[in-house]
Amino acid sequence: MAAKTSVVTESGEVRRALVVGGGLGGLMTVLKLCEAGVPVDLFSLVPVKRSHSVCAQGGINASVNIKGEGDSPYTHFYETIKGGDFLANQPPAKGMAEAAPGIVYMLDRMGVPFNRTPEGNLDFRRFGGTLFHRTAFAGATTGQQLLYALDEQVRRWETQDVEDDRGVTLPGQKMVRKFEAWDLVALVLDEGGTCRGIVAQDLKNNSLQAFRGDAVCLATGGPGLVFGRSTNSMINTGSASAIAFQAGARYANGEFIQVHPTAIPGTDKLRLISESVRGEGGRIWVPKDKGDKREGARIPEAERYYFLEEKYPKYRNLVPRDIASRELFRAVKHEGYSAEGQEAVFLDVTHLNRDVVKKKLEGVLEIYEKFVGVDPYTNPMKIFPAVHYSMGGLWVDFEKGPDGALAPASARNQQTSIPGLFATGEADYQYHGANRLGANSLLSCIYGGMVTGPAMVAWRDGERRSALDLPSSLFEAETRRQQDAWDALGKRTGGEYTVNPYELHGRLGDMMLLKCTVERHDKDLDEVLATLQTMKAEFKRCALLDPAGSGTMNQPRVFLRHLAGMLTLAEVIALGARARQECRGAHYKPALDPELTTGAVGRDDKDWLKTTLATHSKDGPALSYEPVDISLLALARRDYGKVSTGKG
Amino acid sequence: MGLDTVTLKIRRGEGPGPSRWETFKVPRRPMMNVVSCLLEVQKNPVTADGKASTPVQWDCSCLEEVCGACTMVINGRVRQSCSALVKDLSPEGQTVVLEPMSKFPRVRDLVVDRQRMFDALRKTRAWVEIDGTHQLGPGPRVSQEDQEVMYPLSRCMTCGCCVEACPNYNDRSAFLGPQVISLARLYNMHPSGSMQASQRLDALMGVGGIADCGKAQNCAEVCPKAIPLTESIAVLGRETLKRALFGWLLKG
Repeated sequence: MAAKTSVVTESGEVRRALVVGGGLGGLMTVLKLCEAGVPVDLFSLVPVKRSHSVCAQGGINASVNIKGEGDSPYTHFYETIKGGDFLANQPPAKGMAEAAPGIVYMLDRMGVPFNRTPEGNLDFRRFGGTLFHRTAFAGATTGQQLLYALDEQVRRWETQDVEDDRGVTLPGQKMVRKFEAWDLVALVLDEGGTCRGIVAQDLKNNSLQAFRGDAVCLATGGPGLVFGRSTNSMINTGSASAIAFQAGARYANGEFIQVHPTAIPGTDKLRLISESVRGEGGRIWVPKDKGDKREGARIPEAERYYFLEEKYPKYRNLVPRDIASRELFRAVKHEGYSAEGQEAVFLDVTHLNRDVVKKKLEGVLEIYEKFVGVDPYTNPMKIFPAVHYSMGGLWVDFEKGPDGALAPASARNQQTSIPGLFATGEADYQYHGANRLGANSLLSCIYGGMVTGPAMVAWRDGERRSALDLPSSLFEAETRRQQDAWDALGKRTGGEYTVNPYELHGRLGDMMLLKCTVERHDKDLDEVLATLQTMKAEFKRCALLDPAGSGTMNQPRVFLRHLAGMLTLAEVIALGARARQECRGAHYKPALDPELTTGAVGRDDKDWLKTTLATHSKDGPALSYEPVDISLLALARRDYGKVSTGKG
Repeated sequence: MGLDTVTLKIRRGEGPGPSRWETFKVPRRPMMNVVSCLLEVQKNPVTADGKASTPVQWDCSCLEEVCGACTMVINGRVRQSCSALVKDLSPEGQTVVLEPMSKFPRVRDLVVDRQRMFDALRKTRAWVEIDGTHQLGPGPRVSQEDQEVMYPLSRCMTCGCCVEACPNYNDRSAFLGPQVISLARLYNMHPSGSMQASQRLDALMGVGGIADCGKAQNCAEVCPKAIPLTESIAVLGRETLKRALFGWLLKG
């Protein structure tokens, strides 16, 4: 038998790694694997160029200190940890902040059209949770530009031939094979519980196929669709994470869901208006008169209440997102402020120089103009908070190196609790603790990929057997099981199958949005958990809405699989939120807020400075906890200089 | 005439098989777009004349016109269905007509397979060659002026609007399309991308290259990101001509 480290088996098959998900995290992982000589199969629900990373607008953080303000990676590291309310493990966050300047330089070399200074250097702007200009940007479509750059580099590898161990090219074998419009259906675990491959489905014709991989990575994004309408793309159901969770992977900090303060209310989705709008000088305000229904542009300066600026004179409109969202929510829902009589506040750029704003923010202001039909350069925008990002995700390990950051090329880094299965990007929980700072997500996705690729190589090198050396019965059995499950979905017609799955998803989203986001109450969460049991029972009665058989694309049938995943993750999120008896970052219970209730606990480091771990069982998720690595930075109060204004 | 509903007439079908038209009526709401209408059909897949049907299938993802997925032909014009607002399409209750793009193989209903566009990106080497993703210091400096030309070119979503509107792009021609010509211009402008400019020009001088453009100029008119496609074609037209005339002098 050929040595397992050889690229090709004796029968001529190429040993590959598998990456599921083609956003920034997945693509960066692919690039690192290819550079290490490991051929890859890449799977994605959509052509990878359409992945959700495309939606990121504002920019990517890197402490390059172009403006001579004295910024440094160490400050970035500290502010990331503080922004996350000290819940993030510190070594991975340190590694990320230190790698950030190199990552932005790499993207620059790939041709990302970043905005420039007059000298031709990269330009940087302000973002939340820092006072430094730390965010590199390409207009206001930075995620799109970054995704395209990595997509192009991966396409380059698609044209490269695989070479065997003697450097001879293998005809017809390319370094990257893309499987676009394919959906993850199952993981294939061997008898020892190690992940050896996947079963995936071609969505164009429903055929199921097993793929063997010497390491498998899920870079499948967050579960935003659990909340119905959010800033997320329609593909962000969290289905792959739910499949891994049910196969035994631990899910960490599920209750930490970021609500972005500024989005456009809508019926199909809540479109993001980037934090960069405030970074470039945009201001949040409401009319002082709570009954004032006039258009924003007609309300005189003296009659406006800039509540974030008054409450936070130092950070002003750029406090971290969890804080800004709570303040907006409170102003509208509890204090009765409104914008044009609607449940919204104004986000205003009308005082800024139109040409300058256009160069830096066109992509995002264009979204407002196209979808609302109002010119944001002359009329203050109406916005409200929306679910945006999951800090929680699949639990992944890390190994701390001698410098306090991640040990290079350790197979433990980014590895889930299922051996051989890795996770990266928004799908993992690793970098942001209880709240993510703006412009840290593009960074964590790319840094995660840079760590995951080498970790997968190290894992593969340390394994005695390759997936291709295992009996084919292992893969055939799982494919058959999944085929049976798919066939069973095809029989859900007539009789008891009366529930429309899209309608059930609508109710799930409405409930989660209302009861499990900005403000959480134990009584509500108990109701959510009870209703989820009912919904799971209803799911069993969900009808197959399209009878089309094999060989024909069938989105409603595939949606049933994704809906099952969303119900699973909703329970993980709600259970984690119910259990955590403190206020930390995005997880906030008014009953525990010392500002509202004297003697309330607030953030509770004694009992709750720990990572939530959810594990699947047949009775639903079970929770346990593990300590956070706080070996590098001392705990501190998370203070953004709030002053009491006596208003409201 | 009540404006409490939206009427959708949709061309449906499987693969290359025959098409059929189906009409749906969905509740009308403020700020509604075509995607929201199709989401309503999913929740109640019953035609306007009361027959039980199936949810209409279409591609969509970002819903904010940056991913390009939800492109289709709406009232005869190719565009993204997320940014197609009902109040503009049907101000007085007119029927909204939805069809799949015609230049690509249909998968089902409004879903088409645009693989040909991605293949064209491979053929034209639409990327900047880098030595690796390891640390090699900052990239080359770029002037603000150049960045302002390059950024709009870089917003191409590979959505297919330009080729749908192009009379020279069809299943009988090998034309790569305006979008790749514009991207070749982008990479040829980049200081290190320009080092492989001749390879991209050669690709565009071959089969399906720039000579296949009939200068109809429909592409720039339908581009949702207002990318100056005809300007790019003119720029690369000059560059390929230069290379055709003098390129042999430069070859070793």
